[in-house]
Amino acid sequence: MAKVPVQFTLNGAEKAEFIDSGTTLLHALRDKIGDTSPKGGCHQGTCGACSVIIDGELRLSCLTLAETCNGAAITTTSGLSKGGVLHPLQRAFLDAFATQCGFCTPGMIMAAKVLLDQTPNPSRDEVVEALSGNICRCTGYEPIIQAVLTAARSNSQNAA
Amino acid sequence: MALALQTFSTVKDANAALKSAGTRYLGGGTLVLRAANEGDVSVSSLIRATEPSLSAITVSGSDVRIGASVTMAAIARHPDLAPLAHAARAVGGPAIRNMATVGGNLFAPAPYGDFTVALLALDATVSIDGGEMPIETFLAERESNHAIVTAVGFTLQVDGGFRFLKVSRVKPKGVSVLSIAAMLEQAPDGTVSSARIGLGCMADRPMRAKAAEKALLGRKLTSSGIAPALAAAGDGSAPITDPIASAWYRNEVLPVHLGRLLLA
Repeated sequence: MAKVPVQFTLNGAEKAEFIDSGTTLLHALRDKIGDTSPKGGCHQGTCGACSVIIDGELRLSCLTLAETCNGAAITTTSGLSKGGVLHPLQRAFLDAFATQCGFCTPGMIMAAKVLLDQTPNPSRDEVVEALSGNICRCTGYEPIIQAVLTAARSNSQNAA
Repeated sequence: MALALQTFSTVKDANAALKSAGTRYLGGGTLVLRAANEGDVSVSSLIRATEPSLSAITVSGSDVRIGASVTMAAIARHPDLAPLAHAARAVGGPAIRNMATVGGNLFAPAPYGDFTVALLALDATVSIDGGEMPIETFLAERESNHAIVTAVGFTLQVDGGFRFLKVSRVKPKGVSVLSIAAMLEQAPDGTVSSARIGLGCMADRPMRAKAAEKALLGRKLTSSGIAPALAAAGDGSAPITDPIASAWYRNEVLPVHLGRLLLA
């Protein structure tokens, strides 16, 4: 089968690849481009481990075909730290013990980033709603919710 | 097996390509790619259409037309569709709502398809292949449909009458035990003059509760007034049994939740 070209921005850097038609974005990111931060969990749209941000919206990369992302701006968790300094969400997840096995963490952070980008000071209920498509089997969720609330407070303090 | 995706700028061209065996239409991907990922080898190629009308929401007075590619998130945030926001937010989590489309929801098997339950209560029409058909007819025949759904249309009164309830075990996002939508009109004395009730998970696809609708006519929305409708709520239903709930359980709790919705 003929390869098809895809071109998009990944964490601010231009990426261009030839892929098999029908390749999921998750597969393209992990196995073609080498960004392994989105995880392949259920491949059914249930667990949220593959969550990425496409043009500002949270999407599931396992249910998105890479060739439908031509020209898009894609953000993954691997693009969050700057100059070796962790993003406030990453820092908060570490400090709050919001990660155990870590498999869900990149998806959780993507979902939380979209929330904080749109709602800088969310309520607890808004955090729970924002993370409702992401499953964690380790933490019991509470440390994750607290980490997101902590990151929001940290952002607002830095902005003040 | 690799899936070949073909993109067309018009629905007409995409419809022609859809006739090939093994070809499915790709909307938001939450049903078709899910099936492909699970190993459904009946899907060998995908097509999609990028015609702008598919992504348009048009509101003219109380007449609403929603293109088939419009996502649940777009409906939930549209100011003129506020009465439907609750039903749109009932679908999946945030990422799913950014992807799942109105057109796809019409094809979702139980326990999915919560938004279609709302469309049933609104007595929507489904635009397909240059024509329109009532949503009930469409749902009854959807397996034999081989043309792209382009839009749904309905009348939406902003001042009330539409109610929606989704029952799930996990909050805020969980698969439906059942979902209920009702569109009620009341006479000045409070009696019900018109009722349409849609049910989800009470069959393999969303269905109307016609016996309950009939039993509501001329009755007031009080405990005693709705009692005959609750007694008839499950008439004609054949609920699914899945890991969320058994058919027996769904039948047992339907009148309870319908009662709560009607008395709310």
